[in-house]
Amino acid sequence: MIINLIDYLRDRLQYVIYSCYGAMAFIIIWSMTVDTSHAHTWAEKMIPGFWALFGLGSCAIVIMVARWYGRSGIQAREDYYDN
Amino acid sequence: MTISFIHPALIMIVGACLLPMVRGPFRKPYMFLVPLLTFIDVIYLSQHAGVYGVFQFMNWELTFGRVDRLSMIFAFIMSLMAIIGTIYGMHVEDEWQHVAAWFYVAGSLGAIYAGDYITLFLFWEMMAFASTFLIWARKDEEALAAGYRYILVHTFGGVVLLLGFVLRYQATGNLDFDQLNVSSPELYTWLIMAGLMLNAAVPPLHSWLPDAYSKATAIGAVFMCAFTTKTAVYTLIRSCSGFEILIYLGVIMAIYGIIYAVMENDVRKLLGWEIISQVGYMVAGVGIGTALAINGACAHAFAHILYKGLLFMAAGAILTTTGRQKLTQLGGLYKKMPGTMIFMLIGGLAVSGLPLMSGFISKSMIISAAFESHLLWVGFALTLVSAGTFLAAGLRLPYLIFFGKNNCSEETWEKAQDPSWNMQLAMTIGGFLCIFLGCYTPFLYNMLPHTDVVFHPYNAYHLSETIQIMAFTAFGFFMLRKYVMPRDTTSLDLDWFYRMGGRAFLWTVKNPLQWFDNVVGRFYKTVGINCLMITSAFWSWFDWNGIDGVVDGTARCIRAIGRRVTIVLQRGEIQQTIYYTVSFAAVLLVAYVWL
Repeated sequence: MIINLIDYLRDRLQYVIYSCYGAMAFIIIWSMTVDTSHAHTWAEKMIPGFWALFGLGSCAIVIMVARWYGRSGIQAREDYYDN
Repeated sequence: MTISFIHPALIMIVGACLLPMVRGPFRKPYMFLVPLLTFIDVIYLSQHAGVYGVFQFMNWELTFGRVDRLSMIFAFIMSLMAIIGTIYGMHVEDEWQHVAAWFYVAGSLGAIYAGDYITLFLFWEMMAFASTFLIWARKDEEALAAGYRYILVHTFGGVVLLLGFVLRYQATGNLDFDQLNVSSPELYTWLIMAGLMLNAAVPPLHSWLPDAYSKATAIGAVFMCAFTTKTAVYTLIRSCSGFEILIYLGVIMAIYGIIYAVMENDVRKLLGWEIISQVGYMVAGVGIGTALAINGACAHAFAHILYKGLLFMAAGAILTTTGRQKLTQLGGLYKKMPGTMIFMLIGGLAVSGLPLMSGFISKSMIISAAFESHLLWVGFALTLVSAGTFLAAGLRLPYLIFFGKNNCSEETWEKAQDPSWNMQLAMTIGGFLCIFLGCYTPFLYNMLPHTDVVFHPYNAYHLSETIQIMAFTAFGFFMLRKYVMPRDTTSLDLDWFYRMGGRAFLWTVKNPLQWFDNVVGRFYKTVGINCLMITSAFWSWFDWNGIDGVVDGTARCIRAIGRRVTIVLQRGEIQQTIYYTVSFAAVLLVAYVWL
């Protein structure tokens, strides 16, 4: 059942992607309507979709730092420790 | 009072000792029963808080059963995980793995209930040694080496802890395992903290974790991912709450772990890095030290054991059926292992803190505690890591194993299937609990040590915040996924120093030291032995001609005098003998009279 569902979605990948974009837009719009009295900093209150930007930025930072760090010599060949 | 107290660790130890004797059809029910009894005992104890099992040993008072709210929640989750782990490993015939696992659980429970440092140390070492056998049980060369590294590192940590509490005993005369004075730390405070920190895998004492957990057996890793680090978190909460340096170390380890997790190719190593990252939250919570932060650390440890156990169980299922654990050798497995995929997704989403999952209600407590303590940078850094966690465990890991490019060899593909019923049952229990905790918050929140703080994770702002972060992290992954594709590499870490240091030591012993030893040996052979021979020859000559000459000469001389005397005085003629005798007597008499 699950396999069929995944295959079904894979066959219609473009639609899935468009619905995800739609969901993202909805999330941003919803975030603007939410009461921000629980927010900790002014940035959260003033910037619409602050956490969306934060999430995207965090993801990009983690990926890029990991890539840079790995390529700087930390990622060694697999048999590095073998004799 | 002591009559009703049966130490839960004792049940596990006795159970483990009897396990090899229980065979055939009784084995499986027995394996279910012992952890269940332990769990019931823990629940029974949690209704009867107090101090039990106090013994006098030499000059010290040992406390085996300190039952309070803090020890209760940790004992509860440890004994629950023991049931899940044992069900997961039920199909394994090798009884020694189960014995080691149960001793390991007993060590953890013993450390949690310990009220003094000696008891803590005893169970602490029991954990270290028992878990080493879970690595060695894999029986290949890599596991053997990893096991040795693991036990050496942990023995070092144990010695540091021992040194710390002995110094403390010398200074204060007190062995009680309680909150240390962290506002004016002494040398022993630092040593005790370092000893405990090593088990919590806090950098720079963390490298043992991904190394060991990726080499252990499938069930070994399921047990190990729960007990060592979380018991250490418990001990840190107990002794080092509010120690400011732990905030910095916690944030560093959360970030450090996630960066390595994103680079990693080995599934179980990746999960190991994830543990470091998640324990970072707890350590930071301990460092913040407010009631909310401590509750958050406890809640996160509780939730973490379940979802990380679930992730390791899913990874173990892949390893058991396919024999592979590298992302570059897996992919597209959703067709062959749909059940495992669902469990890994549940685990991955729970660790990422999706609403209605366990991570959401625990992680957010620590982040809120950071914001409430006006540590904005801590709050933002930990939120950044939660995005990274979703990236590594919620997106990258399932994507590369179950979807993405199929890198499976034909053999791997043939072998891949959902695992045996007991493994699926254990994963079902784990998965259910991950969702149950997230949906029904009072279950976990009512167990937390500080009852005076109230926390509500489900408010519109927090939900909106989390969903925004997760949705846009997913978008980021979708756009940048080509940069996080797995590569056949190993990531160098601080273990480089002791692995290469050990190798340098071996080289030094093998080359310069052995060369020197050979030179000394040869020198001794040629010069030393000859000198010795010449000296001996001289002394032999001296003995023969000198000492023997003197001794023999004296003897010969006396013999010659005796012979002359005999010849002159004792000729055998009686009148002559009488004549000499009387004359001699007369001379003596005259001499006596005159003088």
